[in-house]
Amino acid sequence: MTDVHAIRVTVNGTEHELAVESRRTLADVLRHDLAYPGTHIGCEHGICGACTVLVDGLPARSCLMFGVQADGRSVETVESLGTPDELGPLQQAFTDQHGLQCGFCTPGFLMLITAFLRETPSPTDEEIREVIASNLCRCTGYQGILRAVRAAADMGAGAGAGAGADVGAGG
Amino acid sequence: MGYVGSRVRRLEDPRLLAGAGGFADDEDRPGQLWLRVVRSPVAHAELRGIDAAAALALHGVRAVLTAADIDLPPIPVRVSPDPGALLPYLQPVLAQGRVRYVGEPVAAVVADDPYLAEDGADLVAVDYAELAPVRDARAACGPGAAPLFESQPNEVAVVTASFGDAAATFQNAAHVVELDVAIGRQTAVPIEPRSLLAVWDEAGQVLEVWGATKVPHFNRRVLAGFLGVPPAQVRMHRCDAGGGFGVRGELYPEDVLVAYLARLLGRPVKWTEDRAEHLVAVNHSRDQVHRIAGAFDADGRLLAIRDEIWHDNGAYIRTHGLTVPELTVSMLPGPYRMLGFAATAHVAVTNKTPCGTYRAPGRYEGTFARERMLDAAAAKLGIDPVELRRRNLLGPAELPCDRSIRALGTDVVLDEGDYPGLLDRAVAESGYETWVREAGAHRHAGRLVGNGAAVFLEKSGLGPYEVAEVRVEESGGIQVMVGGASLGQGIETVFAQIAADVLGVCPDEVRVVAGDTGLLGDGVGSWASRSTVVGGSAVRRAAEATATLAREAAAVLLGADPADLCLAGGRVRSAADGRSARSVSLGEIAAALAGRPAGLDLPPGPLGARREFTVDHMTYPYGVHLAQVEIDPGTGGVTVLRYFVAYEVGRAINPATVEGQLVGGALQGIGGALFEELAYSPEGQPLSASLIDYLLPSAGEAPEVATLVTEDHPSTSNPLGAKGAGEGGIAAAGAAIASAVGDALGAPRAPVRLPLTPERVCELIAASAEVCPGGG
Repeated sequence: MTDVHAIRVTVNGTEHELAVESRRTLADVLRHDLAYPGTHIGCEHGICGACTVLVDGLPARSCLMFGVQADGRSVETVESLGTPDELGPLQQAFTDQHGLQCGFCTPGFLMLITAFLRETPSPTDEEIREVIASNLCRCTGYQGILRAVRAAADMGAGAGAGAGADVGAGG
Repeated sequence: MGYVGSRVRRLEDPRLLAGAGGFADDEDRPGQLWLRVVRSPVAHAELRGIDAAAALALHGVRAVLTAADIDLPPIPVRVSPDPGALLPYLQPVLAQGRVRYVGEPVAAVVADDPYLAEDGADLVAVDYAELAPVRDARAACGPGAAPLFESQPNEVAVVTASFGDAAATFQNAAHVVELDVAIGRQTAVPIEPRSLLAVWDEAGQVLEVWGATKVPHFNRRVLAGFLGVPPAQVRMHRCDAGGGFGVRGELYPEDVLVAYLARLLGRPVKWTEDRAEHLVAVNHSRDQVHRIAGAFDADGRLLAIRDEIWHDNGAYIRTHGLTVPELTVSMLPGPYRMLGFAATAHVAVTNKTPCGTYRAPGRYEGTFARERMLDAAAAKLGIDPVELRRRNLLGPAELPCDRSIRALGTDVVLDEGDYPGLLDRAVAESGYETWVREAGAHRHAGRLVGNGAAVFLEKSGLGPYEVAEVRVEESGGIQVMVGGASLGQGIETVFAQIAADVLGVCPDEVRVVAGDTGLLGDGVGSWASRSTVVGGSAVRRAAEATATLAREAAAVLLGADPADLCLAGGRVRSAADGRSARSVSLGEIAAALAGRPAGLDLPPGPLGARREFTVDHMTYPYGVHLAQVEIDPGTGGVTVLRYFVAYEVGRAINPATVEGQLVGGALQGIGGALFEELAYSPEGQPLSASLIDYLLPSAGEAPEVATLVTEDHPSTSNPLGAKGAGEGGIAAAGAAIASAVGDALGAPRAPVRLPLTPERVCELIAASAEVCPGGG
């Protein structure tokens, strides 16, 4: 029979208890078991970064993590950043700067950049480009994304996002 | 008023940014089963037998299907002048008797979850008797090649296009330049893998489908035929799609399997592919070899072009039929003047993944071949490459120009434009002459820096028609239904802008639903840069008819003359009355037309209209790509230092999304020029079946792409004046990058094979050192 474990994971500040098979990826747990479909799966081998979430505040490829590895940890997904009616500052910068087209890679970029701006609230353009090069986008040519991160950093989005980090802490 | 032409923020963005988009794999249903496809691990083999017993014995596996279990025809061609001749080459839903490429679907396993389905697929035992693989198009057409299809030649078709007397022109020309060029096998790689969910609704007798896109109405007709139900009993729901670029949304074997299994098992069935199978299963593209020649007079005037092309189609003819080779030959003359033209494309089946279209199909390849030939000619004739092009571009007085050739069932008639004018503007606005001086200085200092220019012709706005319907609800809400599909290109915003201007509302008050066959029974789709041109025109017509009806009804309600009424702020107002202006809201008009109060002689309702926009000819945008690159002499790595795209779009409905299309397209094309290739081993094994091996450009490789969008020559073929913007960013990228690499090496003719990987560039460096020892 399958190898099932009980885990307790905090997602965007809400604690969930569930039983997962040991081989089930964190991405599938988030998307299909816990109904956080904003985390997207683009390659399942850790290259594209569409599935990036924050685990205890650090960016992680949720396709390369098993759900059981999130036991006792705090996960942040794109759903924590804002809603369609009330976008967070980084999300707002993305729409202002045309930083997305199909929007499939976007949640991964948003989470990657959220962690980056918490750590580096006043980045140089080179630092921004280097971190953006962690993930893949096939629509934008990255220009709008680079502009959006610049704009968000200049608006102080990193400081604002830092407050969000506390919500999920302590899991 | 005046949303058309302004940088309206995209209406799609908030939901996508919040992770609240509706992508196909986001849909889950109770009782849902998951499909996993068993794929051939060998390139060419007889199928001796399939044993599914072990898979069926696995707890949680619900069904295993092979070709013997299904009675379905092959997947039909969607676009082709002569589908009949292609019938023997069509792909079966599951392999029948023989497999012809690594990745070909052999069996379908359905299980309670995707992990179990994959376990089950691993347990399906298939007996393959391997055959020698056919590796490339020229070999496939040559003597001694084993036929992929019994009693059928590997050369599926020979596609030609010509005008004038090219052969005679070549005989009398002062100069002839000939070279062999090749474009590697590539594919689009949208970041969202394909996914489909089908649910058979027994009560409603309808198959509900999520994940269809691009051409939902066509696919519905085909699926309905496969299931033996009328099209009205298949509903394609609107879905967000994570990039299309030509490959997503065509009808593939997996789409048929999902629908068929949902109907057969009476349970929801979902299939979401992984990236490894995507790279062997989704349409490949490009993969052409050209022997191209140009004939010139003593002054460098282009007299004729001839081109013989081998098009490697892969193992089967899929939905695009002969679209790619046909567009290759018909668009090859591009924006240039010439007396004679003759192109022949040999379309061959080989033991590789089947091919279809990928953004700028035929033009990426043909532009590369033609512009390489022009660079070689410029070098041979001692003429500046930009000047050679300027001299040979059709002038504004020569347009419109009937090429006397056909493409996609239409006559190729190049519409209004100013090709040399745009080239001059691109050179001026980019500062290209400064680029040239800089590169010269760098080369003098020992750096391998070079510039390249390419001019290209695009095509867009393919008919025959598109359908749009506008409905105004009693709440005042406005809904636009249209036959295309939202693939990330921003058509919801663009259509809302068009409707908003006509109806006197804000774009965010207009809800656009694209590609839902339940809401709109007919439509064509989103491909060939046609959505804005053809779909947008249908939206405008439907909105205009709705506005006319609103005015007529308001005239009755307000006791005014319809001619004195205007639409603004969501209301119909009497303009003549000044301060005492009376008005009625669109919602109130909709309510009156629905309720039909006694005593009022209202026109027939409800408030809304459905219109088709029909068009016979495509409209031809054009542009210029300029590139500056630097080569690392040690590694052969190419860095793009500068990139510039000039593009004439007739009318930019939303300049921000047009620029987004150009910038994104340019990087995708740069990827194809430098990094991306679906290589195969001699045994026919794919060597690029992951994103570790198939290299997409990241931000680290992305140059800052500057754009010049011009609106100097609105199309006369549609009421918007628009020309399509989806493919101009990519079409000439291979040509411009190769040109710049050749310039950097001081060997303008040398780069003849895309992608220009570091390994190939090292070979070019070595070759150019042999030619001029010690030179750069």
